[in-house]
This record gives sequence, structure tokens and C-alpha cells, in this order.
Amino acid sequence: MAALLNCQAVKSPGREGVGVKIAVCVKQVPDTWAEKKLRSDDSTLDREAADGVMNELDEYAVEEALKVQEAHGGEVTIVTMGPERAGETVRKALSMGADGAIHLVDDAFHGSDALATSYAIATVLAGRGFDLIFFGSESTDARMSVVPAMVAERLGMAQLTFAQKVDVIGTSVTIQRVTDYGFETVEASMPTVVSVVEKINEPRYPSFKGIMAAKKKPVETLSIADAGLDVSQLGLAAAWTVVEDFAARPPKAAGTVVTDDGEGGIKLADFLATQKFI
Amino acid sequence: MSEVLVVVEHADGSVKKVTSELLTLARIMGEPSAVWIGPGYSDVAAAVLGEFGAAKVYVADGAQYIDHPVAPRAEVLASLVADQSPSAVIIASSADGKETAGRLAIKINSGVITDAIGISAEGIATQSVFGGSTVVHSKVTKGTPIFAVRPNSTPPVPAAVTTTRVDVSVPISEVAMKAKVTGRTVAQKDGRPDLSEAAIVVSGGRGVGAPEGFAVIEALADSLGAAVGASRAATDAGWYPHQYQVGQTGKTVSPQLYMANGISGAIQHRAGMQTSKTIVVVNKDPEAPLFELADFGVVGDLFKVVPQLTEEIKKRA
Ligand SMILES: Cc1cc2nc3c(=O)[nH]c(=O)nc-3n(C[C@H](O)[C@H](O)[C@H](O)COP(=O)(O)OP(=O)(O)OC[C@H]3O[C@@H](n4cnc5c(N)ncnc54)[C@H](O)[C@@H]3O)c2cc1C
Ligand SMILES: Nc1ncnc2c1ncn2[C@@H]1O[C@H](COP(=O)(O)O)[C@@H](O)[C@H]1O
Repeated sequence: MAALLNCQAVKSPGREGVGVKIAVCVKQVPDTWAEKKLRSDDSTLDREAADGVMNELDEYAVEEALKVQEAHGGEVTIVTMGPERAGETVRKALSMGADGAIHLVDDAFHGSDALATSYAIATVLAGRGFDLIFFGSESTDARMSVVPAMVAERLGMAQLTFAQKVDVIGTSVTIQRVTDYGFETVEASMPTVVSVVEKINEPRYPSFKGIMAAKKKPVETLSIADAGLDVSQLGLAAAWTVVEDFAARPPKAAGTVVTDDGEGGIKLADFLATQKFI
Repeated sequence: MSEVLVVVEHADGSVKKVTSELLTLARIMGEPSAVWIGPGYSDVAAAVLGEFGAAKVYVADGAQYIDHPVAPRAEVLASLVADQSPSAVIIASSADGKETAGRLAIKINSGVITDAIGISAEGIATQSVFGGSTVVHSKVTKGTPIFAVRPNSTPPVPAAVTTTRVDVSVPISEVAMKAKVTGRTVAQKDGRPDLSEAAIVVSGGRGVGAPEGFAVIEALADSLGAAVGASRAATDAGWYPHQYQVGQTGKTVSPQLYMANGISGAIQHRAGMQTSKTIVVVNKDPEAPLFELADFGVVGDLFKVVPQLTEEIKKRA
């Protein structure tokens, strides 16, 4: 065991000349402003109904990965699981500056829940020697904030999640984890999972040069079989949870809107009184 | 009746209000046992848990459980699930709660539902998704169901019992210790209720204009015993600390009353407040999208409307 640890230390990441091997998990989601709907046939998100965009928080993850690469060298690989058209999101990440991508595409992924998604991502990441695996802290469609922790659990890696600041020194990674009352400083050695919040940076826009270069960057497209995944653990039929039914929330009765005529605050107080708040 | 594990949310040794809500919900499904993880368990805590029906409290006491984020909590829970075979695990849908639920789900190979706002006796969870536009009922079909429930989803109802303390000692694995908390920076406490648990939240946005502008927001909040919130425009500008941000990447709040002042109503802001029971909007722009959600709105200058309201509340008190 000691020998093994030593040998890992020799190959350790973040060193001069070798650089940091970084993966960034990005998800294509329906455009933030689009009305989201569930499909009437199988209660999954209707992804055809809206334009797809890169999950906003994942842009911050890509940006942070590129910053680490700029400071420490190495390479950045984008990883996504999603339908064919999620390729657009992969291209966007590549045009921001990532070096290559792995795209898991298979019809049988349809309806995968967080457990299945984390299984697929963890399996494809395992054994590739990534030092840092970046995530957004939440997807705007699922809004679960669990996939990064689940992938860390599956890979037996440290989790440095909800980071508003990331510092890499050699093979040590320190983050500021946002909490209810401020932040915690959390430290781990590579390899580690990192998820970021939007305070962390300002994502770059792809340059024209970046967009052109992205067209030539390698994208490894893997099916369930290619990735060596067990199909019985994936997709809607295998999900650990099931939607029983859903309904549009009855539209809220239109409220009262008054224009301030010098008595706006008093009218508001009257309203609060009728609602028994005062 | 079957046992339901309820994970206690606590800070500085005191039980957070959401725990009494979770215990109330757990009683619909079975017999709640509380799980206290971390240091600071006391008779005071036991009394609160007993008041809401926890006949048993499993206590994993010790700083080692909180010196590493999330992973040790999941290990304690996994060991309890293996030993006690509960019918469900209920936890708060906070950042820590959801991540703990996620890691636990993998460990015990069970389904997890986050952001639930209700649970039925049959274990069917209610969620409000897509910014509140759709209500979904779902259930876990594999393993021991894990529910992460949003604060303020259900009014806490007491059902006093005598609690028994059951000490549990779970050795933490090396993997769970890989990430280490080396410091905690506590932003200044403001003495107001906890933002995610408060019954009333008074928020300010870019319309507040400057850090000093928040004085009128705070005064209104204090006249109502409310928490203060802010939009990202306000936190990004540095007018108000980040931990008060409401929205997609801030806190999700679901108070009885949410008052938005000088906030336009971007979708990312709505995502964090849309399920509030009553919504009040003050904005000088009649076209501000947040008026669509308002139960009561005032088109006007917040610097006129808000102080007048605060005065009026004080007068009527
Ligand atoms: C990845 C990502 C995550 C985000 N997460 C969040 C989040 O968690 N929370 C969040 O809030 N935002 C979030 N945002 C930002 C969001 O898109 C909006 O930019 C933000 O909510 C705008 O804040 P605002 O309403 O205060 O400002 P504005 O949109 O500028 O609105 C200010 C409003 O104040 C009104 N006003 C001005 N002066 C007065 C006055 N004197 N009296 C009355 N009204 C006045 C104006 O009419 C206007 O409607 C996120 C964005 C991204 C990209
Ligand atoms: N299908 C997916 N492909 C790649 N990354 C994903 C996928 N789903 C979730 N993620 C990552 O996990 C993060 C959190 O997602 P969630 O747990 O769904 O809120 C996202 O910001 C992404 O980085």
C-alpha cells in the first residue's frame, strides 16, 4: 500500500511539465426563459419543446477549469450525457477553450434519474486519471444539486462542492464552500470533485477563433455499450423514482396592483392587515 | 408502526425549526426517530425533538462528523439504515441535506426525491417544479425512500413523547475524510430569523440603489420580525452579503409572506421565491415581471412606499 501511494505521488498531478488533467461535466438544459413542460406520455422533461443551452452554472465550471489550466498547464476535457443535440453544448464548451470532449449518447439514456446519471458519468470518468472533475452546483432543469456528490461517492473521491473560490497549489486544492452562514474553507488532495457557484468567476464568451478551432477538436462519442455501461441501470425503466402524476398549477388569481398616490404604504398595510400579517 | 429516520438540522446546539416540520411530516408515514449528527446534543435539544414526537434520538456525537463535509453524515445514516431498516429517511432540502441524501442514496442503493413540499402516508412526495408552474407527485420505487423536504412546507404540530437517547458510534472511512474543513468564516449574524426558515422575508434588489438603501428594507423587516433577502444584483454589487441572496443560486425560500422591493423578477430570482404563500411587490416600473406573481403590488418608489408602510405597521402594533 505504501509503495502504491508513493507511486501515485510520483505521477502526481499539478506538477510542472505534466499539468492538471481536468474534466468538466456539462449538461444541456432547456433555455432558462423557455416554458418547461413534462411530456404527457412518460412524464419526462420535454426537451424538444425548447431550445437547448448549456446549463448556466456549467459555464462557470468550464471557466474555472480553463483558469486552472492557464495557471498550471494540463488539459480540459468536457463530459456530457445527453441526446445528439447536446453536441451543441459540447461545441460551445470547446469554443470557450476546452481541448476535447466525451459525449455519452444513447436512446436508452432517456429518462435517467440522478442515480443513473451519476453512474454513467462516474463510469466513463473512472480510470482516465482525471485530477480535477468540475461540475456546476445545480442544473436549472433538475435542480437537484446531487450529481457532483453522487459522482464523488461512486468514485471514492473527495468532494469540494458549492465553491465560490478555488485555489490549486501543487496537488492540494482548497475551496471556499458557501454555507448558510458564510463559508467553510475545505481542503483535499487531487483527485477531487469540485462544484462551483456563480460567484466564482465571469465566464468568457467564445471568440471567433475559438469557435473555428472548436470544429477541429476531438469529440469521443460513446454509446452505452461503448462505455461498458450496464443498460439495466439506466433510463426510465431503471429509474429509482417514478412520477405518479403531474399537473399545471392552477394559475394564481390575479393580484391587486395599485399605483402609489402618496398612500401606497398605507394601502399595503391594509392588505397585510386583511391577511393577518399585522 | 414503522420507523422513519429524521435527520436533525442544528446549529450551535439548537434544533432548527425545519426539524420540527420534518418530524411532523414523518408522523404521517410512521414513527419518527431523530438522528443527531455532530457535537452539541443536549437536554434542550432532546426536549424539542420529544415535543414533536421523536421517541428515539440516535446520537452520533463528535466534531469528527462535521470536520469533513457531507460524507460522514451519509455514512452514519447508511449504518443506521442497515441496522434499523426504517421505512424512509427524511432530511432538510438544504445544500448539505441534498448532498447527504445523494451520497446516502448511492450507499444504500435507494431512490431519492429532493425539494419535496409534502409526503403522503403512502410515501408519495409532492414537488413544485419549473418555478412553481407544475405540481408533480412522485415516489421512490427502489430501496429505502429518501426525501429531502423544503423548509416551511408544513406547519409543525407538536405531539409530545418522552425521548430515549441511543448513542451510535460509526467509524468514519478514510474516503469520507479526504476533504477536510480547515476553517469556518461566519458572516456577521444579524439577529433576524434564518432566511430559509423565516415566516416573512423582506427583500431588496437593484432598486435599493446602494448599501445604505438597505436600511429601509431592514427597518421594514424588523417591524415585522422578518428576515432580509436580496436579489443577485444587490449581492453582486456588494450592497448586501451573499448569504442573503434569494434565487436559483441563492436560498430557496417559501415563507408565508415574501415582499420584493426594487426587484424586477428575473427567472433566476423567481426560482427561489415562487412558492411563497403570499407575495407583495413594490416597484416603480408597472411592467416589472414580478407583478405577475403579486398578490398585492404597489407601483411606486420604494423609498416612499416602504418607510410609510413601516411607520404604519408600528402605528398599528
Ligand atoms: C447563473 C445565474 C444565476 C443567477 N442566480 C440568481 C439568484 O440566485 N438570485 C437572483 O436574484 N438573481 C440571480 N441571477 C440574476 C438574475 O438574472 C437577475 O439579473 C437579477 O435577479 C436582477 O436583480 P434585480 O431584480 O434586483 O435587478 P433588476 O433586474 O435591475 O431590477 C431592478 C428593479 O428595481 C426597480 N426599481 C429601481 N429603482 C426603484 C425604486 N426607487 N423604487 C422601486 N423600484 C425601483 C426597477 O424598476 C427594476 O424593476 C442569476 C443569473 C445567472 C446568469
Ligand atoms: N447529463 C449530464 N451530463 C453531464 N453533466 C451533468 C449531467 N447532469 C448533471 N450534470 C452535472 O451535475 C451538476 C448538478 O446537476 P444536478 O444534480 O442535476 O442539479 C450540473 O451542473 C452538471 O455539472
